[in-house]
Amino acid sequence: MNEEYDAIVLGTGLKECIISGLLSVDKKKVLHIDRNNYYGGESASLSLTQLYERFRAGQQPPASLGASRDYNVDMVPKFMMANGKLVRVLLHTDVVKYLEFKAVDGSYVLQKGKIHKVPANDSEALRSGLMGLFEKRRARSFFLYVQDYEEADPKTHKGLDLRRMTMADLYKHFDLTEDTQDFIGHALGLHRDDAYLTQPALATVLKVKLYHESLFRGGRGGVLKVKLYHESLFRYEGLNSPYLYPRYGLGELPQAFARLSAVYGGTYMLNQPGVEVMYENGVAVGIKNGADTARSKLVVGDPSYFAGRVRVVGKVVRAIAIMNHPIPNTDNAHSVQIILPQKQTGRKSDMYVFCCSYAHNVASKDKWLAFVSTTMETSNPEAELSAGMALLGPVEEKFIEVRDICEPLEDGSKDKAYISTGYDATTHFETTVEDVLDMYRRITGRDLDLTAKDPAQVEA
Amino acid sequence: MAMAELAQQQTAKLVLLGEMGSGKSSLVLRYVKGQFFDYQASTVGAAFLTKTLPELNVKFEIWDTAGQERYHSLAPMYYRGAAAAIIVYDITSPDSFTRAKSWVRELQRQGNPNMIMALAGNKADLESQRAVTAEEAQAYAAENGLYYLETSAKTAANVNELFEEIARKLPKPEAAAPRPPQGGIVLSEDTQRQAKRSTCC
Ligand SMILES: Cc1cc2nc3c(=O)[nH]c(=O)nc-3n(C[C@H](O)[C@H](O)[C@H](O)COP(=O)(O)OP(=O)(O)OC[C@H]3O[C@@H](n4cnc5c(N)ncnc54)[C@H](O)[C@@H]3O)c2cc1C
Ligand SMILES: Nc1nc2c(ncn2[C@@H]2O[C@H](COP(=O)(O)OP(=O)(O)OP(=O)(O)O)[C@@H](O)[C@H]2O)c(=O)[nH]1
Ligand SMILES: [Mg+2]
Repeated sequence: MNEEYDAIVLGTGLKECIISGLLSVDKKKVLHIDRNNYYGGESASLSLTQLYERFRAGQQPPASLGASRDYNVDMVPKFMMANGKLVRVLLHTDVVKYLEFKAVDGSYVLQKGKIHKVPANDSEALRSGLMGLFEKRRARSFFLYVQDYEEADPKTHKGLDLRRMTMADLYKHFDLTEDTQDFIGHALGLHRDDAYLTQPALATVLKVKLYHESLFRGGRGGVLKVKLYHESLFRYEGLNSPYLYPRYGLGELPQAFARLSAVYGGTYMLNQPGVEVMYENGVAVGIKNGADTARSKLVVGDPSYFAGRVRVVGKVVRAIAIMNHPIPNTDNAHSVQIILPQKQTGRKSDMYVFCCSYAHNVASKDKWLAFVSTTMETSNPEAELSAGMALLGPVEEKFIEVRDICEPLEDGSKDKAYISTGYDATTHFETTVEDVLDMYRRITGRDLDLTAKDPAQVEA
Repeated sequence: MAMAELAQQQTAKLVLLGEMGSGKSSLVLRYVKGQFFDYQASTVGAAFLTKTLPELNVKFEIWDTAGQERYHSLAPMYYRGAAAAIIVYDITSPDSFTRAKSWVRELQRQGNPNMIMALAGNKADLESQRAVTAEEAQAYAAENGLYYLETSAKTAANVNELFEEIARKLPKPEAAAPRPPQGGIVLSEDTQRQAKRSTCC
């Protein structure tokens, strides 16, 4: 290890692993080190034993929970959108071949204290209790409008200028109630608060379109086709939700990118608790690890390796629950997301419930994992989660954690320390991948061309 | 493609583990392509190969591990979900045998409990340099419930036998662990557009 590298990467979180995979593919010599003895850093999926080590040091997990190795508990739970950027990166790097995904059973939204499935097709929409009959008609004309809308084709604008009019105005135009607005803005547009209402409607309309395209992969330029293989039955219909989740948990993602890096010659060292960044005149020049040193042109890593060069920008509170049943009122779903829009709970930020089961190889037989998370607004984090916890029903075991979200003070151009931003409460992959692409740009001075493998481009 | 055919064929993930230079890649290459190279490059490339055994209706997805193992930082991803593992050591190297034992321990702790594990004492053609006796390895294998063979990727001795015996030992699809309720998804880019439009949200 006393060698010279192009890049040394610290921490094996998803972001760091994507970076080292990309740099290795670019023929850079990469050394990748983690202080832990497992992959994933902040975004690891932990076994039961590891979970207890973290939250209940000195305690053994009860036998009733089953074998430790059956568990892969995500520390940063997220689902991926079938048409999203992360999937694009997985395809671009071909890392997708190391992974196996399952469709998420359903996406739900809280309205007036009850949860409702976000409809995935016409007949679900008709049956949905989200809206009354007349409201459904109005909503339908809104969705038809959104679906047909093409930015480049003024005919489809029907006289509305979405660059000018706000989303609130567009809702008004279609005469939609506040509850419907909540559902469209938060469950389909994936907004985290209501700031979007006063912004031009175009952005939200495009997001709702994307949601729809993820669901049906139809749409113009529908670049991604998801083949769904049911055991015997080959379904070509739309999915039940536009979300995907990997078997064995999200911790598979960093591992798959680490594999990519290793295939291209990257060197991996786990379980190095003493590793530290080495600076000369304030510039990162490599790492120290006990008596060993390794030099590099630059150092990449997560905030925990760069004390003094990052600041805390927020806090996320997250509850992890182990249950022996699905979340009530979700049609016995094995995987589900519930969005609790801020207005419905009287908060300033949305709350998210994420649930997956043994069916995804993340828990022991007949066990479910549920996560409730939000951006912390008070000094009583547990109480803040109560609206989400109330949806879960009885839980066998519960762990609560508050995490700082850190971001780098500088962009790395001067100190050659390229630091990733912590995983935000949103837990969606959009910001994750954007941060990675931005780091890649800062490190290499060029953009990663994700369109290279886009069939729409190849055809053109 | 006939769905029935697909349904009957069993796909099994097979992973090879073992000290650098013990001959993992050579065993796979011998088995899949019938080749052997005296100067086999240390593995950095090939992610995996596949081989179908029509008689047994098994398709092996073979994961040859590489690079990372230098520092024993192999991702559990490799052996997670594997139906079988071949742990390879070099009969001329006691260190490689020690390493093999530590792999066995890791798999016993972390791996799929129904995983078929085979221990392969490779480079059996180098009898004159032997440093690990067959008796010692055999006893260790018996103690730990491993299928044990001495192989040579160079002469091809016992190579087909090794893989075929594993294929035979695989639990039959019906008897295998119940599949989770929903099928998996294969993500692929596909130029065939699906012109499906729907009128709902
Ligand atoms: C536990 C949990 C918590 C979640 N928390 C949030 C949350 O806090 N906020 C949230 O919006 N979604 C949240 N989601 C939903 C999450 O955003 C989707 O799973 C995610 O969009 C899919 O990511 P992706 O990388 O596959 O696609 P992405 O590429 O991230 O998303 C596809 C497109 O959707 C749009 N988009 C995605 N997320 C957002 C966003 N947050 N704001 C605006 N546009 C967006 C972007 O335009 C993006 O191009 C949560 C899901 C779960 C399971
Ligand atoms: N004599 C002899 N040499 C062998 C045999 N199998 C492999 N070798 C040689 O041993 C060396 C290492 O073989 P590899 O197959 O690359 O070993 P590996 O386990 O894949 O090594 P890594 O990929 O570095 O982990 C090569 O020079 C091979 O030619 C064998 O059965 N007999
Ligand atoms: Mg090899």
